[in-house]
Amino acid sequence: MRAKYVLQEVLIGLWRNVTMTIAMMITMTVSLSMLGASLLLYLQVEDMKDYYYQQVEVSIYLKGDINDEQRTAIKDKLAGDGLVKESFYESKELAYENFKKMFSDAQDMVESVGPAEMPESFRVSLKDPTKFEQINTDYKELPGVQSIVDQQKLLAKVFDVLGAIQSLSLVVAGVMGIAALLLVANTIQVAAYSKRREVSVMKLVGASNWFIQMPFVLEAVFAAVLGSLLAGVMLIFVKVFLLEGSLSALTNLLTPVSWGDVLIMFPVLAGAGGIVSAVTAWITLRFYIRV
Amino acid sequence: MIRLDHVTKTYPKASRPSLDDVSVSIEKGDFVFFIGPSGSGKSSIIKLLLHEITPTRGKINVNGKDVTAMRSWKIPSFRRSIGCVFQDFRLLPNKTAYENVAFALEVIGKSKAVARRVVPEVLELVGLGGKEHRYPHELSGGEQQRVAVARAFVNRPLILLADEPTGNLDPDTSIEIMRLLDRINRTGTTVVMVTHDSNIVNQMRRRVIEIEGGRIVRDQARGVYG
Repeated sequence: MRAKYVLQEVLIGLWRNVTMTIAMMITMTVSLSMLGASLLLYLQVEDMKDYYYQQVEVSIYLKGDINDEQRTAIKDKLAGDGLVKESFYESKELAYENFKKMFSDAQDMVESVGPAEMPESFRVSLKDPTKFEQINTDYKELPGVQSIVDQQKLLAKVFDVLGAIQSLSLVVAGVMGIAALLLVANTIQVAAYSKRREVSVMKLVGASNWFIQMPFVLEAVFAAVLGSLLAGVMLIFVKVFLLEGSLSALTNLLTPVSWGDVLIMFPVLAGAGGIVSAVTAWITLRFYIRV
Repeated sequence: MIRLDHVTKTYPKASRPSLDDVSVSIEKGDFVFFIGPSGSGKSSIIKLLLHEITPTRGKINVNGKDVTAMRSWKIPSFRRSIGCVFQDFRLLPNKTAYENVAFALEVIGKSKAVARRVVPEVLELVGLGGKEHRYPHELSGGEQQRVAVARAFVNRPLILLADEPTGNLDPDTSIEIMRLLDRINRTGTTVVMVTHDSNIVNQMRRRVIEIEGGRIVRDQARGVYG
């Protein structure tokens, strides 16, 4: 009977103040989907770092007028270098092949150059990708070396951008979260006021505090859980229609967002939303329903 | 049963205490009137006994429990041993007489089956047999107060507190309510009633404790309003 009573009170409470309930749910949905997006992006960036850093290379570009002797000297030095995991030589022809592949969409560009214009280079992968500076100082003065480029730096820029997007969505999640919590507090106040007679009778006849407060707290939790479900659905839409739909060209560069990661967001968001709004509701009640 | 030991209550920002060093002892089964002019501090006694407010100084003991030192989570179960009736009835307007009484049982965890057995019985006892399904606005003031008494008594509390229960009723109706409280008192329930209705006090001839300016000025067995 008690469970039924509590459930009934929760539904009546949500319905009595239905515009507020909707506002509460919308803000929670936005806040939680931002939180979810930010978490997904975080997981994504970690995945990508693992993936790309394994393949990260230092490119040692060679001068156009390099002679065989100098080339061999560099090759031998690389082969005997303790910092180097592997290295291979990319000839002008090979560079041109790669260039053609990369710009296969832009045939004009491919046709305007030939293998002769391509730089030849050594592609070096390091045992420890952070030791770039060492390699740079060791090799840049060698005869025949044009320049040394650390791809890690390029990647770091990409990750910086992703990190910034992630921070931005966290900030939006936080701001919307505050708005959602204020709405929770407000809803609870209105609910406590509209039930003040019942509450005063309950206190008078000795109903336990949890029994008095439970319907109010569950009202907030119910709205939060609904909001988190909607937020999860939003994330699915983003995956299906954006990442795999209109933005698929871009996302092919990135590692794909797995269904597992998206689905795990449902319990995570429901838990986060539910707990935070339960605590907010409970604290609000501490001020409005004194024993 | 109820003992106040040198109880002083000063409300925040008040210049003088509402109750000033009050000591009273009430035995089980007693019927006691607290009388005095408005603002004399007599209503503060009910609030103190319910632990709605705590005394500034002094000790209060109810049913063998030290109310002053009671932890807040124990207050609900403590209040189940006390029934309470007010001048304004405090009924829920959207519930029938039956539902109002049953509500008091349900919110302390009693089953619907218990309510179905106990509520008609207590409504019969207060003389509302046949009016169980009327809403408060369909009942007279006296009848509404009977519902409130039924709600207060349905748990068979050891103590019944009544804060000016006849304050909104005409003299004849007041006397009927007093008969009801008297009947409840005869079942062994201690009744503490705060009032300034001199007619009733004079008719009942029970113990009268008069308070003025926060102090007890008279404590008389079988007293009159004076």
